[in-house]
Amino acid sequence: MERDDIIEYSLGAQHSEEEGKKIRKNIFKVTILLSVITAVEVLVGILFSKSNPDVSAGTWEAIKYGYIILTLVKAGYIVMEFMHLGHERKSMKLTVLVPYIFFILYLIFIAINEAVAVSGENFPINY
Amino acid sequence: MAGEVSKAIPAKELWEGGRSPFSMSYGKMMMWFFLISDALTFGAFLVALGWFRYTAVEWPVSDQVFFHIPFVHGNFPLAYVAFMTFVLIVSSVTMVLAVEAGHRNDKAGVTKWMIATIIGGFIFLGSQVWEWSTFIAGTDGLISTWGDNATITSNPYGPPQYAQFFYCVTGFHGFHVFSGVIINIVILINVLQGTYEKRGHYEMVEKGGLYWHFVDLVWVFVFTFYYLL
Repeated sequence: MERDDIIEYSLGAQHSEEEGKKIRKNIFKVTILLSVITAVEVLVGILFSKSNPDVSAGTWEAIKYGYIILTLVKAGYIVMEFMHLGHERKSMKLTVLVPYIFFILYLIFIAINEAVAVSGENFPINY
Repeated sequence: MAGEVSKAIPAKELWEGGRSPFSMSYGKMMMWFFLISDALTFGAFLVALGWFRYTAVEWPVSDQVFFHIPFVHGNFPLAYVAFMTFVLIVSSVTMVLAVEAGHRNDKAGVTKWMIATIIGGFIFLGSQVWEWSTFIAGTDGLISTWGDNATITSNPYGPPQYAQFFYCVTGFHGFHVFSGVIINIVILINVLQGTYEKRGHYEMVEKGGLYWHFVDLVWVFVFTFYYLL
């Protein structure tokens, strides 16, 4: 059935062979980056294990935040390049990202705050 | 990736009917909306995990729990989890290559990369089965001895919540991978039958791809917050 009520936006996304080459090169770069970040994370996890007595609490604290930053970098590349959000319209970007910037950050703040408040003596987990 | 996105559309026209404000087809936009809500579910899981970890007096260190690799005895901390992460990243790359081939209406290319993506998905699922059985078997490595098996109520590693979150978070994610593989197989069958060729575009590969990348995205967070921290 012929439908004339829908504009096929995906036709606008089609590209030629040369453009494809450039895009594949970009995909390759992002792949290398994601793999290197994962390898670094695992190596740091092995060399500076939390269970290793030589690793001080301060060092582990720094590693922890490093992990979170690297994770956000990886997530950013996956969402912006692989999921193509970086190339969508600005209104779409905001629609997807704003719920997280407000909701998840708020949730993390509240959860960590409350966890610290009830931790240890007040709420021991017995096993 | 030029096209609608970079084309200048007068702002006034966008809201006057006939066009989506996002210059996006309905299906793709709804896939995004679904992923937004699905991400909130995983966000709730991970925030709950963080809450318990801050509350717990003790919590096991993952490299002392996940140090097995198949067929070989020894201590390889996090090696297999890293392998699983890598498999998922690579299958995400093959998916993005399938989408790219779709934009050139290259049926052979889409077929090739979709098959690679499905294989990656199966490797990941098989790895997870192995990981679960190793986790359940406990410290003696035997699943048939019940004494030290990890269950919902107790496990040999730490507080019961440790195993509960392992089952819930990786299980929920694994089920997403499973449905993603099914979706990819259905799309592959359609590609082979020429459905999208007739339609004139391979947008369905793009939609399936969004879901598959999302599964990879979730695993990136699970890897950090369950295994690394």
